[in-house]
Amino acid sequence: MTINAERPIHFSRTHRLQWEEAQQKNVILYPEGMVELNQSSAEILKLCDGTRTLAQIVSTLEATFSTSGLTNDITAFLEVAIQNGWINQN
Amino acid sequence: MAGLIKTKPTPPRWLLAELTYACPLQCPYCSNPIDYANYKTELSTEDWLRVLTQARKMGAVQLGFSGGEPLTRKDLPELVKHARNLGYYSNLITSGYGLTEEKIVQLKEAGLDHIQVSIQASSQELNDHIAGTASFAHKQEVAHLVKKHGYPMVLCVVIHRENIHQMPEILAMAEELGADYLELANTQYYGWAHINRDLLLPTKEQFEKAETIAQAFKEQVAGKMKIYYVVPDFYEDRPKACMNGWGTTFLTIAPDGVALPCHSARELPGLECPNVKDYSIEEIWNESKAFSYFRGIEWMKEPCSSCDEKEKDFGGCHCQAYLLTGDMHNADPVCSKSPHHKVIEDAIDSAAKSALSANEKPLIFRNSKNSKLLS
Repeated sequence: MTINAERPIHFSRTHRLQWEEAQQKNVILYPEGMVELNQSSAEILKLCDGTRTLAQIVSTLEATFSTSGLTNDITAFLEVAIQNGWINQN
Repeated sequence: MAGLIKTKPTPPRWLLAELTYACPLQCPYCSNPIDYANYKTELSTEDWLRVLTQARKMGAVQLGFSGGEPLTRKDLPELVKHARNLGYYSNLITSGYGLTEEKIVQLKEAGLDHIQVSIQASSQELNDHIAGTASFAHKQEVAHLVKKHGYPMVLCVVIHRENIHQMPEILAMAEELGADYLELANTQYYGWAHINRDLLLPTKEQFEKAETIAQAFKEQVAGKMKIYYVVPDFYEDRPKACMNGWGTTFLTIAPDGVALPCHSARELPGLECPNVKDYSIEEIWNESKAFSYFRGIEWMKEPCSSCDEKEKDFGGCHCQAYLLTGDMHNADPVCSKSPHHKVIEDAIDSAAKSALSANEKPLIFRNSKNSKLLS
C-alpha cells in the first residue's frame, strides 16, 4: 500500500495516539497491542489529522524543524503506518 | 535463591482485571481455576477504582476487563469511565451474553476502546454445545452491533479438537462479520482445559492442516483483518516466553483481589500471592515475594541455567511445569531439552487414543457444581 499524494491523511479511528508519562514517549494503542514511537514518528502522526496531504505534512515539519529534504523519510514512515492501519486515506 | 533481586523491576504495562468468576457460559477450556466456586467474595467498586488508579500511576496502559463474564458486574460502566479518565486503553473481553445495543452505546460513551467477542464455533449447534448455553445467534448480533458503533471488532475463537475442523468456516465467518482482528487461540491446557485435555487436544496433523489454512487466509486478508495466532505449545520445540517474563509486564487481579503474575498462578503452591485489599499495587509489584519469585534467571536450574536461550523464553511457563511435572521450578516440559519432555508426548498419545476410543468420556463443563465437586 502506498500513500496517495492527493488525499489528506487521517489517524485511524480505531487506534489511539497518546503521550505516556511513565514511559516518557508517545505510543499507539490498539486492541491488545502498543507501539512505542520515537519523537519524529510521533510528530509525523500528530499531523495526520485529516486536513493535510503528504506534501503538506512534509512542508509543515520542514518549517517546524527548520530543515529540508524530509520527503523520503516521511513517505517511508507513512507507508509503514498505512500498512499497519495506523493511518487512513479516504 | 529465587526472589532476590537488586534492581528495580520494569513497571507493569498490562492490567487484567478479572472482575468476577460469575459466567453464564460453561466452556470446558475456561482458564479460571477449577476451584473458582470457593472464591465467593468480589472486590467492591471502590477497591477496583483504587486498583486502576494505582496501576495506571505505575505505567499500566493496556487494560482488560475480563472474568468470568465482566458484564455481570453492574458497576462496569463506572469502572470503564474511570479507566478512560486515567488514560487506559480498555478492552472488554466478553462472551457477548447479556450485551444489548443500549449497553454497547453506554460503554462507548463511558470511554470503552474495544470489545472482544468470543465465539465458540462457526455453527450454532457446536457453539451452543461448547458454550453450554444457547448463545450463537446473539453473539453474531453482538458482533454486528460492535462494528456499527465504531469499535474495532475483535473476534476470539478458542481452537480445540471439537472445532478445529471448522477452520475454513470460522475464517469465513470472521470475514462476513467484518472482524478487524481475529484471535485464533489454540487452547492452552490450564484450569478446565487441563482436566479436559484428552478431549480437546487435536492431533499434530489436525494442527498443521488448520495452521496452513489460517496462514493462507492471513495473507489473503492482509491490510483488512489482523490475525493473532496463539500457538499450540504442545507441538512446539521450545516453550513460549510466558507473560513476556514473570513480573515484567503483566499484572492480573483476580475477582477477590488476589494479585497474580499470570492468570493461572493462583494454582502454584507457596507463592503467597498478595491481595489488593492489604497492599498497594506498587508494594505488590516491587516488594512481594510472589512477583519477584521467577523474575530474572537466578531461580533457574538445569537445563535452563546453562541454556543459551534462557533470556529468550525465560524457561517457559511455570504453571505448565507445575501441572505436568509437579515442580514449578522445572523447565517447561514443552521444551525438548527438558528431562520431563515425555509428559508432553504422553499427553499427545493419550489424547489421540481418546479420539479413537468408542466410549469417549464426556467433557467436564465449567460450572459451580463441577467446581465444587472437583475442589
